[in-house]
Amino acid sequence: MCLAVPGRVVGIEERDGTPMARVDFGGVVKDVCLAYLPEIEVGEYAIVHVGFAIQRLDEESALATLRLFERIGALDEEFGDAWARAADETERAPEEENR
Amino acid sequence: MKYIDEFQDPALARRLLDDIAGTVTRPWSMMEVCGGQTHSIIRHGIDQLLPEQIELIHGPGCPVCVTPLEVIDKALEIASRPGVVFCSFGDMLRVPGSDRDLFRVRGDGGDVRVVYSPLDALRIAQQTPDQQVVFFGVGFETTAPAIAMAAHQAKRLDVRNFSLLVSHVRVPPAIEAIMRSPDCRVQAFLAAGHVCSVMGTLEYPALADTHKVPIVVTGFEPLDILEGIRRAVRQLERGEHRVENAYPRAVRPQGNQVALSVLREVFTTTDRAWRGIGTIPDSGWRLTDTYRDYDAEHRFEVTGLTTEEPTVCRSGEVLQGLIRPHECAAFGTACTPRTPLGATMVSSEGACAAYYLYRRLATPRMEETTSID
Repeated sequence: MCLAVPGRVVGIEERDGTPMARVDFGGVVKDVCLAYLPEIEVGEYAIVHVGFAIQRLDEESALATLRLFERIGALDEEFGDAWARAADETERAPEEENR
Repeated sequence: MKYIDEFQDPALARRLLDDIAGTVTRPWSMMEVCGGQTHSIIRHGIDQLLPEQIELIHGPGCPVCVTPLEVIDKALEIASRPGVVFCSFGDMLRVPGSDRDLFRVRGDGGDVRVVYSPLDALRIAQQTPDQQVVFFGVGFETTAPAIAMAAHQAKRLDVRNFSLLVSHVRVPPAIEAIMRSPDCRVQAFLAAGHVCSVMGTLEYPALADTHKVPIVVTGFEPLDILEGIRRAVRQLERGEHRVENAYPRAVRPQGNQVALSVLREVFTTTDRAWRGIGTIPDSGWRLTDTYRDYDAEHRFEVTGLTTEEPTVCRSGEVLQGLIRPHECAAFGTACTPRTPLGATMVSSEGACAAYYLYRRLATPRMEETTSID
């Protein structure tokens, strides 16, 4: 959750009076609120944290960060199934104790 | 140099390391504030690549880790009530309260849902008007604007079955508290890059000046961290104590003005307890009186709940940089990421989890570093 992930804006629309975007994070596409970065345009990259774009980022930096996050598994942690992970951790707890 | 090949640009990493080695003349210790930085440092073995004179102290910068037990217990209490849909970020699920966690509450029939954004929780409230929807708002200044916007939208759209359990924390008062501690060994700070993306850097010069401490705003990728360290070492060697921005591609001095204005509308600063550390004056945010109707603590009357932390867990000392994770007797035995005693072992940004994942067995260099302490 602490992680802010760069993504590319692929579509912009207004919802309930708030600017929203579809943002592509290296294959995972999420709804992102643009209230704090209203001037960003389709095709640009932004740092996104818990569904909010907070700052622009150049493409080169964004892609480099995405590659790094993918390699260390951070994208899966940010966008994966948190329930499955929690269940997995709980199931594996006894095994861990025996190590 | 066993880790350096994993850097995005190993040649640049080597140049930065050479520059640091060529600059340093005596021992220095610096604290990386952000848990994401801690994770990156341990994952890439940055502390082991640095000259031995440089000691990195892991800071309290993991919001999951510093959320006090009392607030976790309040969350568990509210989430257990009938008619409540309790929404949280995924990394709060396994944070231990006094006797269970949110994962267990859901197993026992509670309607606990993981959302990606607080606006998702607001949407659930709009779609289920007969349910009370509560969002668990935890985080530093990077997260706070998102929670503030959820409150702002709820009020604007008059969504009355929505409320927030807020436990936000601010970095500058934590730096202040660390510097004021009689045990403080920190001589420079690597400030958290994305916190500064929102807040800017204008809160920091007074801190740097008062405590004569260099503060370098740093990203969390390995090369960003090396560059932050390089600049901090330069300042230390020259006897300087300035605020430097080593992460300009994501941080402007004035921060994000739109976010700051919504933050000021929805939140006001307050004293806040940090798990394992205690109360730090003015270090948190609470909803302003205008937003009191959206405060879950009042709506569900859990304000009086207080709890004691387990004594075996030394995460508070880890969070303050007083001990390293493996110096705690429970580390890796009674306390693992699967059976965490303290939050520093739960969250992937926690120092204990980072040590456990990447260095389960102490390496010779770790022993050396510890003995220097």
